[in-house]
Parts: sequence; C-alpha cells; structure tokens
Amino acid sequence: MDTLILSRIQFGANISFHILFPTITIALGWVLLYFKVRYARSGEDRWINAYRFWVKVFALSFALGVVSGITMSFQFGTNWPGFMETVGNIAGPLLAYEVMTAFFLEAVFLGIMLFGFSRVPGWLHTLATFLVAFGTTMSAFWILVLSSWMHTPVGFEMREGVAHATDWWAIIFNPSMPYRLVHMLLASGLTVAFLLAGISAYRWLRDDRGDEVRTSLVTGLGLGALLIPLQILAGDFHGLNTLEHQPAKVAAMEGNWETRSNVPLLLFAVPDEEARQNNFEIGIPNGASLILKHKASGVVPGLNDFVAEDGTVMHPPVAPVFYSFRVMVGTGMAMLLLSWAAVAMMLYKRRGPDALPKPMLWVMVPMAFSGWVATLAGWYTTEIGRQPWLVTGVMTTEQAVADVPAPMVATTLFVYLAVYAALLFAYIAVLFYIARKGGAGTRIARPERPGMAPMPAE
Amino acid sequence: MNAFGDPTQWLPLVFAALMGLSILIYVVLDGYDLGVGVLFPFAEDTEKDRMVASIGPFWDANETWLVLAIGILLVAFPAAHGMILTALYLPVAIMLVGLILRGVAFEFRAKAPPERKPMWNMAFYLGSLMSSLSQGFMLGLYIMGLEITTFTLIFATITAVFLTVAYSFIGATWLILKTDGDLQKKSVQWARGGIWGVVLGLGAVSLASPFVSPRIFEKWFSVPEIFLLAPLPLMAGFLVIALWITLRYLPDSEDRMAWLPFTLTVVLFTLGFFGMAYSFYPYVVPDQLTLYESASAPESLFIILVGTVFVLPVIAGYTVLSYIIFRGKATELRYD
Repeated sequence: MDTLILSRIQFGANISFHILFPTITIALGWVLLYFKVRYARSGEDRWINAYRFWVKVFALSFALGVVSGITMSFQFGTNWPGFMETVGNIAGPLLAYEVMTAFFLEAVFLGIMLFGFSRVPGWLHTLATFLVAFGTTMSAFWILVLSSWMHTPVGFEMREGVAHATDWWAIIFNPSMPYRLVHMLLASGLTVAFLLAGISAYRWLRDDRGDEVRTSLVTGLGLGALLIPLQILAGDFHGLNTLEHQPAKVAAMEGNWETRSNVPLLLFAVPDEEARQNNFEIGIPNGASLILKHKASGVVPGLNDFVAEDGTVMHPPVAPVFYSFRVMVGTGMAMLLLSWAAVAMMLYKRRGPDALPKPMLWVMVPMAFSGWVATLAGWYTTEIGRQPWLVTGVMTTEQAVADVPAPMVATTLFVYLAVYAALLFAYIAVLFYIARKGGAGTRIARPERPGMAPMPAE
Repeated sequence: MNAFGDPTQWLPLVFAALMGLSILIYVVLDGYDLGVGVLFPFAEDTEKDRMVASIGPFWDANETWLVLAIGILLVAFPAAHGMILTALYLPVAIMLVGLILRGVAFEFRAKAPPERKPMWNMAFYLGSLMSSLSQGFMLGLYIMGLEITTFTLIFATITAVFLTVAYSFIGATWLILKTDGDLQKKSVQWARGGIWGVVLGLGAVSLASPFVSPRIFEKWFSVPEIFLLAPLPLMAGFLVIALWITLRYLPDSEDRMAWLPFTLTVVLFTLGFFGMAYSFYPYVVPDQLTLYESASAPESLFIILVGTVFVLPVIAGYTVLSYIIFRGKATELRYD
C-alpha cells in the first residue's frame, strides 16, 4: 500500500476513534446540567445521584476525547502538510477559535465540575457544568464549520494556489454548515440517550433498581424518543442540501449510475464499480425520486456524469458510501422502534420502567452503542462521499499528503491501531465495571457541607 | 492598517511571541505534571494517589497549552508547521502515544477494578516518560536544525534525557509545594537528586548551540551583544545556587519556603527559554525558514489576533481561578 492510502487509513482511524468520545461528551454535558438543575430545584437525591454516576462516564470519555484530539492537531502537519499550505488561511482561524473559545473553557472548568463540588458554592459548580457543556458544543460548532466548509467552500479566492478569505461570514455560515451542525448535535443527543438507557437497563437487569437508575433510564428513553423523529427530519434536509451542492455524493448514496427519473429507493444492492452497475438490487420503485425530488418523476443525478472524458473518476468510491449510508439509516430505524415502543409501554401502563419486559431491556444493552454505529456510519458516508476531493473543487486528498515513507506511516498506523483497540476495549470494560459497582460509593444522602467528609468516590 | 505599521512585519512577530509564550507556559505547566509521572516508580503505592491528586485538576488545562502552541504554529506559520512535523514524524508519534497513555491512565487508574490499578499506574509512568523523552529529543533535533546525522541523533538523545530530568525536577518542586509529611520529604530528596540534570542540561544546550550554528555564535559572542547577554547566564547561576541552598534547608517544620523551589525553577525555565528564543530569532525552522517567510496572510492573522486579544486574558483569568480553588496541599480527589 502506498503512503496516500496508509495516511488516509491512519487519519480515518484517528478521527473515527476521536469522534466516539466528543459524541458522548457534547450531549452528556447538557444532560448533566439538566440533572444538576433538577437537583437544585427539587432537592431530590435521585438527580444528584444520577449526576454522580454519569459525571464519571463524562470524565472518562472526556479524557479519551482530549488525547485523541491532540493527536489529530499534530497529524495535519505530520501527514497532510498540503492541507494547511493551501487552505491554511481559512482553516487556521477556525481551528484557532476552536482551541481558544472552546478547548480552554472545557479544560479549566472540567476540574471544577469534577472535583469542585465541595470546594465551591453550588451555583458556581452548576455554572462550571454549564460552561463545560457550552464549551464542548462550541468546540463542535467550530470544527463543523471547518468540516462543512471543506464540503461546500465559499467566501474565498485563490491567489497563486493559496486560498485567501474574502468573506468570513460566508465561510462560517457556508451552505452545508447549519445542516451538518444540527445533524451532528442531534446525533450526539441520540448517542447519549441510548447510552443512558443501555447502561441503566444493564443495571436494572442486575437488580440495581435505585431511584437514580430509574431516573437515568427514563431520561434516556424519553430523550431518544424525542430526538429520533427530529433527527430523521434533519437528515432528510441534510440530504437535500447535499443533493444541491455535492450531487456525486448523493448518487453514490443512492447507488444510482445513470441520471434519470423514477429512481427506486434501494434497500439492498451490491454496487460493482468495475462494471458500473448494481447486483442483487432490492428497491422500492420511485422511492429515491420521491425522497429527493418529492415526485415520482423526479430526476436524480447519476454517477456516470462524474467521469471525465479521459476516464478519470471524479465521484467517490461507491460501495463504502452506499453501505455506510444504509447502516446509518438502519440504525436510526432501530432507535425509533425501540425508544417509541418503550415510551409507549411506560405511558400506557403508568408504571415507569417496571412496565418494560425483560427482553426489551436486554435489547437496550447492546443498543447503548447504537449511537456510535450510526454516527460513524454517517461520517463515513459524508467524508468518503467527498472524495476524491479534500476541499471540494479546490484540492484533492492526494495533493495534500506528506511525502513520508510508506513503511514509516505503516508503523505508526499499526501502533495507533493497537493503542486504540486496547483503549476502546478498556473503555467499554470500565463502563460496565462502574455500572456493576453501581451506585455503591457514589450515593450520598445529602450534599455535605464543605469540610464534612462525604463518601469517597473514585 | 498603515497606522499600525506594516502588518506583514509585526503580525508574524506578535504570533511568534504568542507561540513562544504558549510553549513556555506549556513547558512549565505540563513539565511539572509530566515530571510527577516520571517520578512514579520512586514512590510507594499509597503516595501515588496523592501525587496524582496534586495534578488531577490541572493536567488537562496544562496540556491544552500544547494544543494552543501547535495550533498557532499551524495557523500562523503553516509552511513551518508542515516542515517541522514531517521532519519529526516518529518522535511526534511517540509523544502522542505517550500523552494518550498517561491521559487515559488518570481516569482508568481510578475507575478500573483495583487489580488493574498497577497496570494503569505503569501506563501513567510510561506515558509520562515517553512524552518527556520525545519532547527532549525533538528539542535536540530542532536545535540541530532538524538534520538527521549520527551526531545530531546523539545530541538529541542527550537532550531527551536532560529534559526528562528537568521535568522530573520541576515535578518534584511542585510536589514540595503541594504535599506535606513523608511525601514532601521524599520530594525534597528527588529535587536534590535532579538539580544536577537541570544544570547539565542547560549547560549542554548552551555549549552546543553556538558551535553547531555559526549564526548563533555570532549572535552571542560579538560586541556589544555579549555584554547585554551576560546577565542571563549570571542570573541562571544565582538561581541554581539559591535552589541548592533552599533544597538543603527544606523541608521546614512550619512549611515555610515550600513554594520557593517551584518558583525559582519557573524563573530558571523562563530564562532558558528566552536564551533559546533570542538565539533562534528570526528563524522558525532554524537556519531555513524565517517567521516572516512562513507566516499566513495578514488578513487571516488579523482575524485570529482579534479573537486572541479578547480570549487570552479570559483564559489567563480562569486558569488563575482554578489554581485558587485548588490551592493548598493536595487532598484526595473526590467527585463530591
């Protein structure tokens, strides 16, 4: 394998590993704030006990997010120097604002949020929780601005091969940014919703049915049921936006080779890029035309339009985009089914989580990570879907890669993969370990006044 | 913008200063917490929890200064960023793996089952060691102009060891400040053992730099520069002596002066840093690329500067706030 593909796999592996954790911390920060505010209002212990449990998950996820994020800021230079050399004038300020407004806000107030409960007044602790949640969200905002700009670049001009900003407002609010941002924030909310539900269901099944387990379970399922229809809607809008700005990506998502009307919605197929056709198609007639153009005769762009005269392929690799998209949508449907069924049962029987049958709770446990699956599949769809471009129409991925010897990249790739695999294993193992330990050691009767000895919590 | 002079001249300089400041703050702050990690094998298991508690609320923000420094290099001097980081490909990768290991070990050692704790303690130590060594190695290669020869590799290996010792020294002085009792006594011992490394390290870099680079030789030993620069090594000498005396005297039964070694070390690190900054100016890649040649477009730098002017004081403010909230001797970390 050559340096380009190895570097791409390495960056893909890093960013995939990284996004798992911000996806949790972005929304979990707000959920923690919700718990804290409910506690401050009601004084009910279940809220602060839920906070105590989930803040540990937050701390663990945050640490993994930080260290894998640092890795990426270096890889721009070690593996992709062409990127910053060409579009550094635009990417630079956006990354700088991410670090300045968001990173420090999170990092400094995290200390107070985690360890300051008995050292600072209650309002300051709540404020710290808010600022951490706000910081993670701002982080997401700036990084999605940059990512979106790479998909739909505007507000710049090229001088001597280097991009120069002409309109910052246009750059920040570039055409795909609002859609991508909403889609990602909702994805984070859903990931956390199912994580809350899944881990709480696991504790419930182990007869750990304290008030805060009940509270977390209901919060998770409720949040999931609330957000999933919004996400489906946001995803649809995002798809239409992509059709307008990156038709080749949509063509790959739909597995549509020829530009035509009455395109079916393919539920399954095996795209064959050599033969430029699909095998084993199972589709709903006119489906894709209806979704994308809102009429059966709607014309959907085809992949063959993106092949140059000389045979150069200027559309993304079809199979990965096609499959990832289906994994994402499929996972979303499973989320819809599970959360609505659970909420309906709880509402109908009015007994809260006691109304949920055991098999359903067992399904929730693996679904704790459904948000990860959907988020990764979604990112693969959109990022692989941008290929061969790194910045659409401005530079290709190949133009940005560093001239590092392939064996060297292969070595570091191997090391990173080994480290990430070990850490992912450890993360999930520890998650279930602290779930098994349950509330033991974290539950307190009352918040102690500063100076009194609360029970230790690791 | 003419009222402010030529932006292509002063903007790169401002950003070089900001980057330098970030690197200096990083080396001091993450220096002490990496150092605490490097000292791990010398401590008893019971002491390790307290050592981690002394850095627990800070390490994350400390590491963020590295992101800021590398971020400024990336956004303000993109050409240099690519050149430096591709040249330092392997040490950067080792540093990153080290930072990953120690960063997650903070959390895992407290949350994993007790029987796994020794493993995560080991990961914390190894991660801190890998990060410190690779940073020292990169410093050495950077001083040598990023050239790879047998000689530069040997030099970089030496700076790797010395920077690690220097980090463990500032880590020990941090522990003197943040702990008491037996652990404080031990930390004084560690600091006494480490001070030679700081002296040798500063000496090695100071001796080697002018001899590998005629340009630096010129900057140091021509008249009148040599007289203007003379206070720098003299002050460093005084600081080392002051440190030496303080460490002989500590620990004090009333815990007076516990803050002094750390403070003196910070001043010493700062002096060393200014010496280096003076030597390398105006180059961002030694003898190859000046900061003016590699700077981003002025309009992009300006937009970052606007944000920086507002944000940096705020960052400084809440960093101070967190140090005030977690002042005093380190106690067991609690989530409540």
